[in-house]
Amino acid sequence: MTTHSKGVINACFTLRHEAFLLDVALSLPAKGVTILYGQSGSGKTTLLRCLAGLAHAQIGSLSVDGHRWQGEDGFVPTHERPIGYVFQEASLLEHLTVAGNLRYAQSRAGSESSSSRSLSNKELIELLGIETLMQRKPHQLSGGEKQRVAIARALFSQPKLLLMDEPLASLDAQRKREILPYLEKLRAELEIPIIYVTHSIDELSRLADWVVVLDQGRAVANGSLADVLTALDSPMQRDDAGVVLESTIVSREEQWALMTVGFDGGELLLADNSQPVGTKLRVRIDARDVSLTLSRHQDTSILNALPATVVDVSAGHSQGTVLVKLRLGPKSTAAPDEERKMNAQSGFHWDSPELLLSRITRRSAEHLGLAAGSEVWAQIKSVAVL
Amino acid sequence: MDENLAAIWLTLRLAATVTLLLLLFGTPIAWWLAQTRVWFKGAIAAIVALPLVLPPTVLGFYLLLTMGPNGPIGAMTQALGIGTLPFTFWGLVVASCFYSLPFVVQPLQNAFEAIGERPFEVAATLRAGPWDRFFTVALPLARPGFITAAILGFAHTVGEFGVVLMIGGNIPGVTRVVSVQLYDHVEALDYAQAHWLSGGLLFFSFVVLFSLYTFNRRSSTSFGPRV
Repeated sequence: MTTHSKGVINACFTLRHEAFLLDVALSLPAKGVTILYGQSGSGKTTLLRCLAGLAHAQIGSLSVDGHRWQGEDGFVPTHERPIGYVFQEASLLEHLTVAGNLRYAQSRAGSESSSSRSLSNKELIELLGIETLMQRKPHQLSGGEKQRVAIARALFSQPKLLLMDEPLASLDAQRKREILPYLEKLRAELEIPIIYVTHSIDELSRLADWVVVLDQGRAVANGSLADVLTALDSPMQRDDAGVVLESTIVSREEQWALMTVGFDGGELLLADNSQPVGTKLRVRIDARDVSLTLSRHQDTSILNALPATVVDVSAGHSQGTVLVKLRLGPKSTAAPDEERKMNAQSGFHWDSPELLLSRITRRSAEHLGLAAGSEVWAQIKSVAVL
Repeated sequence: MDENLAAIWLTLRLAATVTLLLLLFGTPIAWWLAQTRVWFKGAIAAIVALPLVLPPTVLGFYLLLTMGPNGPIGAMTQALGIGTLPFTFWGLVVASCFYSLPFVVQPLQNAFEAIGERPFEVAATLRAGPWDRFFTVALPLARPGFITAAILGFAHTVGEFGVVLMIGGNIPGVTRVVSVQLYDHVEALDYAQAHWLSGGLLFFSFVVLFSLYTFNRRSSTSFGPRV
């Protein structure tokens, strides 16, 4: 991969700030939502600020979709980078109204780039639900309203790359629930890449296409959502082991108030959420909600049991448990790992076979004689619709 | 009474000119002080603040020497064909600018510092360059500081005495400001006139400070030295 590839964000930064050292070398896809995930102090905000040019890494290089922003030959200052940036806490210009803040961004936006977004400014205002706030001053807005305006403002500047630094972190649970649907809509509507910092597994599950896990200034994982979630050695496995599946509503069973959703590896029965057939849903299945049996049980209250093949068994984070990685679907039709589809253009792994994680006791694993290749039934106790 | 009116008019003209010039020159100084991290920042800040503690006569004495025919500024003004500045209106303006400098620079510096980094980072991510950020973010957000600075600069210039006496002397209509006129009345034991001027200045000062405090309480943050 050359450093100037199209479709790729290549970022290398070494930045020392007192005791903290950020030291990363990453290749990220220049499309979809990339989540920078990690605990506070892991360097994810510093990395985002380096991407924006707000922080200047002593040693660094950065090229975004073929454009060089930092290197030995120079440093493009923030105001010359076609980015949008949403700060963690509300950051509206206090002396301007909502409309004034949006105009501030619009009047400085590059004129050539109106095609970088499929949404018009008017549609964006409607999508974020801020039509009625236009004449207000920032101090007259709630935290959630401010953040929605800040998101709209970032997009009014016609960015080629949207950077978001924990946009929900300063909001209470109620406001988070208010804004997340807007972010999901943006994810579906925007054609520009989004790099999103969070330490919330919920936001990661809902929004991510690609995930970078940071720990103490270093990138400890970098891959597609499925790859990072199912890598058994990933630091994600400590507490939050689980997978996210992209599914579509296939049919509903009205007499039971259930619906069937389909995905590549099979089907699941879920509580009816009254959305129309054909709607795309992300569902999350936690490893601790998946138990394994060797044969199909008919005499069980569990609704969802899927045939699967064991890919790998690894020691769980806590003593006495193991984490089992499963490929869904009968053995014969499952695609082997080596045949994963590669993205020919950029070399990024996007499509993984549908995988599932199960956390069971070491005793059970031994009792069932689980090893790579074992055929099992995965009983799924609960599924979270995201 | 005509002499009093002439003195009042001269004082207002002087204070207005000085305030205008100080806002013009004080703004970049305050901006620089608020932004810079160079090692000699402390020295510059101390020089700006000197008039707060120096007896005005000390300042006046040195200014008299530098602006006089043998001083460097005096030599320059003579070479430019302006003559020397002491005992002229513009001499008073220059001296007053030095004298009132901290009363304008400090509130502005405080106001700029109170803005913090964030609004400028926000503006930069919205494609605003450095000058754009100064005019569209720094100036509007520092507005309360500008109001405080203008009021303090104006009021402090009206109230000066020592520097005026050293640099301007006592020339009616040219350098005889209200405070000097008042001194003349008292010297001449003309207490009736002195009462008029003193009472007027007292009332003026109170109104200025009253409006300043009222304004500062209304704007959410307060800037400027605690006068």
